[in-house]
Amino acid sequence: MMLLFRLNGQSVEVETAPDRRAVDLLRDLGAPHPDVKDVKEGCGTGECGACSVLVDGVHRLSCLMLAAQLAGREVVTASGLGSEAAPHAIQRAFADHGAVQCGFCTPGMAVAAAALLQDNMAPGREDIRRAISGNLCRCTGYVMIVDAIEAAAGKMRSDPSALHEERVASRKAAKSSRKATMPSRKKAGKS
Amino acid sequence: MKVLTPRELPELFAALETPGAHMLAGGTDLLVRLRAAEREGRALPQALVRLDGVAVLRGIVREADGSLRLGAAATHAELLAHPLLRQELPELAAALCELGSPPIRNMGTLGGNICTASPAGDSLPPLMALGAEVELASLAGTRRMALSDFITGPGRTSLKPGEVLTAVIAPPARNFQVRHFEKVGRRGALAVAVVSLAALVRLERGRVAEARLAWGSVGPTVWRCPEAEAALMGQRLTLTALGRVGAIVRENVRPIDDIRASADYRRQVAGNLLLRLAVL
Ligand SMILES: Cc1cc2nc3c(=O)[nH]c(=O)nc-3n(C[C@H](O)[C@H](O)[C@H](O)COP(=O)(O)OP(=O)(O)OC[C@H]3O[C@@H](n4cnc5c(N)ncnc54)[C@H](O)[C@@H]3O)c2cc1C
Ligand code: FES
Ligand code: FES
Repeated sequence: MMLLFRLNGQSVEVETAPDRRAVDLLRDLGAPHPDVKDVKEGCGTGECGACSVLVDGVHRLSCLMLAAQLAGREVVTASGLGSEAAPHAIQRAFADHGAVQCGFCTPGMAVAAAALLQDNMAPGREDIRRAISGNLCRCTGYVMIVDAIEAAAGKMRSDPSALHEERVASRKAAKSSRKATMPSRKKAGKS
Repeated sequence: MKVLTPRELPELFAALETPGAHMLAGGTDLLVRLRAAEREGRALPQALVRLDGVAVLRGIVREADGSLRLGAAATHAELLAHPLLRQELPELAAALCELGSPPIRNMGTLGGNICTASPAGDSLPPLMALGAEVELASLAGTRRMALSDFITGPGRTSLKPGEVLTAVIAPPARNFQVRHFEKVGRRGALAVAVVSLAALVRLERGRVAEARLAWGSVGPTVWRCPEAEAALMGQRLTLTALGRVGAIVRENVRPIDDIRASADYRRQVAGNLLLRLAVL
């Protein structure tokens, strides 16, 4: 089938078997599209979260999705949250807090964190632990990951300009990650 | 495999006529199974018929008699986000809240959980205790039956070829004051139930007038214990009374050993879970 969807702010059009796993498709899109190697396959059975992606803003697992299920959707992966020049608050905080060791779980963790922060600007540590409960990390022991997400939330609350800079810096990616970075006003007001 | 994406029920029924067609809801059970089948060289379906595009299969609607009609293709997360679920079906909300993990709840559906008919399916004990019914539809028409009749064994249901589970109907249960679900697993998230218990208890002047108890993961399907329900009648929900009934549960339950727990552990916990009903 000819599959059309948006990936990290770019339109993608690829010929693919409809039953190809989304994780395989994303990791190996083929020219002219960049392969999205930040989507990892850990278990392939829904248990580790390494293949996490946002589909229309919802945290899903690309190892349990078929290519056909991406049609017309807005897909954001960890690399689409921000760029190297203008990292997302979550990406920055992971680096600053030593939340990355081998790094295999990191993109999935960042996606889980982005999904949480779009709904809840002021998550408690328990909320954070719950939000990443489907993402396994064999290295860090989670404490630094929770620290990083807490710090990213704080940064996003206290410094909305940080968000703004990111969005101007990488306009295309920002379009798709807006949902992931800008919580709704109502929620922000409540917190 | 072909992938078909119907939008309306008639289109869905037509798609299911495709030779070798199999329904795909959230895929959290099916795609795991198909992947194992592929690896082992077993036959795959020829076509997957997606349910996620059929809007009428989602959402929660209140029926004229006060029952809640839960769309079979609603995801666990969608149901949990609906105010009616937590208000009116707290035992089901408690079960769905702990099912799998956030992404599993975002993908997996209630209908998928029921049709998988796992002995550890987390929605099943609360739905059985509620006396829920299922609505099944096909080109031949629509029928309704008790969920307890629909599930005929581990992984087995009375679904006929071409038939879709369209909705789950939970009757009102507002006159039960105690409504409870608890799952014991090996960890907090991503844990298959070792034992679970859903309980609805109606009290009259502080004494049990009706008790419905439904355990998960202690038998091939959800296990009810009429002896324990009868023994609770007329009792106050004290630890002493519940402890006595727990002993009856342990006498009657026939769990198995598996990789997650021993039969003895399950027997012990199946009785102990009753102690949570103590309202002193
Ligand atoms: C990592 C992981 C953790 C999990 N944890 C839990 C857990 O804690 N508790 C638990 O209970 N389950 C758990 N599951 C199992 C699974 O997520 C749930 O059973 C889920 O509800 C299945 O729904 P689905 O929509 O994904 O089903 P699918 O995989 O899409 O379908 C499952 C089966 O049901 C059929 N089917 C689906 N919908 C219908 C319908 N409307 N009409 C007729 N047939 C239908 C399909 O044809 C298929 O045969 C877990 C799964 C994974 C991968
Ligand atoms: S690879 Fe998808 S959850 Fe592990
Ligand atoms: S950093 Fe290695 S798995 Fe998390």
